[in-house]
Amino acid sequence: MSWEAVIGIEIHVQLRTATKMFCPCAIPAEGDAPNTRTCPTCLGLPGALPVPNRTAIERVLAVGAAIGAKSPATTRWDRKNYFYPDLPKGYQISQLDLPLAEHGSIPVTTSAGAGSVRIRRAHLEEDTARLRHEKGADGTRASLIDYNRSGVALLEIVTEPDIRDGETARRYAEELRLLLRTIGAADAEMENGQMRVEANISLRPSSDAPFGLRVEVKNMNSFRSVERAIAYEMARQAEVLDAGGTITQETRGWDEGSETTYTMRAKEDSHDYRYFPEPDLPPLDIDPAWLAAIVAGLPELPGTRRARYVSELGLTDYDASVLVAEPRAAALFEAARAAQKELDAKLLANWVSGEYLRVAKEGAADPDPVQFAALVAAVASKEINGTTAKALFAEMITTPLSIREVIASRGLGQISDTGALESIIADVIAANPQAIADWKAGKQQAVSFLVGQAMKASKGRGDAALLGDLIRAALDR
Amino acid sequence: MSADLRRATATQLRAGYRSGEFTSVEVVETLLAAIAREDAALGAWLHLRGDEVRREAAAADVTYAATRTAGAAALNALPPLLGVPVALKDLVNMIGTPTTAGSKILEGYISPYDATIAAKLKAAGALILGKTNMDEFAMGSSTEFSAYRRTVNPWDRERVPGGSSGGSASAVAALHAPLSIGSDTGGSIRQPASLTGITGMKPTYGRVSRYGIVAFASSLDQIGPFARSAQDAALLLHTIAGSDPRDATSSATPVDAALLKLPQGDQAASALKGKRFALPKEYFVAGMEPGVEAAVRAAVAALQSAGAVIDEVSLPTTEHALATYYIVAPAEASANLARYDGIRYGASKHGGGDLLDGYLATRGRGFGPEVRRRIMLGTYALSAGFYDAYYLKAQKVRTLIARDFDRIWAAGYDAIVAPASPSVAWKFGAKMSDPVAMYLADACTIPTNMAGLPGLSTPCGLSEGLPVGLQLIGAPWSEAGLLSIAAGYEALSANAPWRDQDPTDLAALGGAA
Repeated sequence: MSWEAVIGIEIHVQLRTATKMFCPCAIPAEGDAPNTRTCPTCLGLPGALPVPNRTAIERVLAVGAAIGAKSPATTRWDRKNYFYPDLPKGYQISQLDLPLAEHGSIPVTTSAGAGSVRIRRAHLEEDTARLRHEKGADGTRASLIDYNRSGVALLEIVTEPDIRDGETARRYAEELRLLLRTIGAADAEMENGQMRVEANISLRPSSDAPFGLRVEVKNMNSFRSVERAIAYEMARQAEVLDAGGTITQETRGWDEGSETTYTMRAKEDSHDYRYFPEPDLPPLDIDPAWLAAIVAGLPELPGTRRARYVSELGLTDYDASVLVAEPRAAALFEAARAAQKELDAKLLANWVSGEYLRVAKEGAADPDPVQFAALVAAVASKEINGTTAKALFAEMITTPLSIREVIASRGLGQISDTGALESIIADVIAANPQAIADWKAGKQQAVSFLVGQAMKASKGRGDAALLGDLIRAALDR
Repeated sequence: MSADLRRATATQLRAGYRSGEFTSVEVVETLLAAIAREDAALGAWLHLRGDEVRREAAAADVTYAATRTAGAAALNALPPLLGVPVALKDLVNMIGTPTTAGSKILEGYISPYDATIAAKLKAAGALILGKTNMDEFAMGSSTEFSAYRRTVNPWDRERVPGGSSGGSASAVAALHAPLSIGSDTGGSIRQPASLTGITGMKPTYGRVSRYGIVAFASSLDQIGPFARSAQDAALLLHTIAGSDPRDATSSATPVDAALLKLPQGDQAASALKGKRFALPKEYFVAGMEPGVEAAVRAAVAALQSAGAVIDEVSLPTTEHALATYYIVAPAEASANLARYDGIRYGASKHGGGDLLDGYLATRGRGFGPEVRRRIMLGTYALSAGFYDAYYLKAQKVRTLIARDFDRIWAAGYDAIVAPASPSVAWKFGAKMSDPVAMYLADACTIPTNMAGLPGLSTPCGLSEGLPVGLQLIGAPWSEAGLLSIAAGYEALSANAPWRDQDPTDLAALGGAA
């Protein structure tokens, strides 16, 4: 029979802060030696106390504002008590009933069209340490603890059970990540563990039936695995139910290799965390002026920006999505447009999503937007050709340069003068009798070869389209 | 000479160092000799910094000698406690020293950092003589729950010094140090001060940083001074008070400069004229010893004779304070003590079986009976299904207790006067088999903690030869006012025969000495 899936997503994201949530320790970087980013507070030493990180609080309030959530007039911190070696104090400082943001939503577009996912709550908490289980040379097993991550500020954001399929879950996670990156709240690199997605999945026979027993799925380390793990889990549960079986409430892990989920741990009787208000931290009043300043500081959000690119600038949905999906690209696009107001938006968008994104993904630095705009403007006016433009672009991301000066001083202006090009063509035809023979034998690609030779002879400055026309005309003669 | 150095107050030591009458080395050697002779019997100390303190004292003497030639202004600019010995309750972290909180679970633990008050004391030039005995994790009223040793009351070796700061109180009472630091969660400074005949103050919650103080109950713990005079207590409080960026519950309220200019003698006594004191009838509880009540009422009568106005008042929530305290304090403690898991520091019994076995063994053997009892109480009170009935309700009652006090301040009273303890020091073991009897020992001090208010105990006589304390409770941030009143009472009672009396068993502590 057919089943409807009910899916809720819980995501933990490391916030972008210079220091940890409750102590002055720096955020650990890749390659830091274990237990070097620690202090009495994040090690849970006797007598140490927490002091909240204001930036982390502002980041969550900004997320709340960006998803249209409400923030309470006063919030507070709560202790979540449990014993585990990665939790140095024996409790995690979190937020129980006064989260920093509640009742928001995120617009999500899927292959089925535009929709949205409601957000139940977003709150702040501290990360745990990392455990490593190792076997020594003599075969003895040891569990090692690295407290570098202990106390790093985490945003926990929980959806309502609005999601019905893996694609929507994936798109929600992607859209959340984009939002977080756009407002600067987080880098949310999934592969580095900065964003951890967990899905609660249950099936029911129809949309008015009560929720079924749910399974929690973890260890999905990419957006692709979020989509596939949910699809797998939906199919697995349907198979169990179709066979007359019952779903076991449990936590399952996604195995990337076999593309299956497996039982991680059976759900113990719901854990009693003995939450109570954190007595080491006074309640926090959220001053309306403070909140208003945070809202005022929000940049244009991804959904708004995409819509504007399509309606105002005439970009396609696809081009708009590509630009907006990478905040650095959108920022370059905006800055270049600001520098050259008359610049053709589509040409600029092509340069940003083409050349720029290609080198940006390889780790290149951003070009100066004013010079980048000048470069694209020179292409638009046909002052330089594409080959010259790409060479200049490659140069400008490593060396600051003035496009106007370089074009003038190096004589890079495109040669569109028919007389000058024809003398070059005459030399090229004379030097390549084999190509002429090929052309006469009907090989059209001989023209491309000759254009290439002519371009080389023009030191890359020839107008490629014009060269093609002139060569064909010369051959016809 | 050496006997006088033992009796000298911190204020007198400062004056003597400046004038060159005696040196810090002489004082330290005198105290260390007394400790060496007597502490086997007294049991106040858990750790002594003998050699370090000798070096620090010599350095202080060099500074005094050099500065003396530069004149009075230069001497006044020296750190306020330069060369003055201070004892720390063994829950104050000080870098490089053991910190056990009186518990086996922290046996061998060496602090890798300074508590804010340890740093402040060092900056003020104080010499940290050592760490003092206490009830395990400050849970107790007699210091009998120390996992390490018994501390006796120098007034009677068969009796407790009170607790939980019994080591710090006995050290000052027995003239082993002029000043010491205690902590007061439900009375742990005021009650032992009362039982050992010295001055002890619990400041307003948030007045002194808790950073680096091993936590018992975060919303109740406050650090405060023990001394043998109100003036000395004020000097020490001024040194350790103030807001701290590392303690989010510390207050930005400026430290009262009046702490350094407390009225003395006749001036202090005459300042009592016109003061209005509230005498709460609920503090004279059933079971209060008649001798204690008599001493407290005599002190109140003396205040009245000096021109103060005394009104009997009612604080009707007083009777609920003890019960709510024994919900809130154990609840917070159950979480605060979860970090003692044997994983990172302290005693560990991990390695035998699985993780749970390691936790059970470490905590089951590392914690003593009273700590285990309170962890269980607190865990129960916070458990699902009980939270609303216990913890939430206790917090509501706490608000009502605070409102009771607010009405007193709104009516214009300068302080509440009350007993600090319903009894004098009791014999060892008398309350060990009855936890509730032990808890009742703090009935007069707990309401102050629940309301976050400042309170002190100042000696007001003897009952059956044992000290009785007069408790003064004030509005938030009224520490200087309370200590001024205590200084006034000291002046009124300056000629009382018990004033100059050494603790009865002091001479016996050192055997022939």
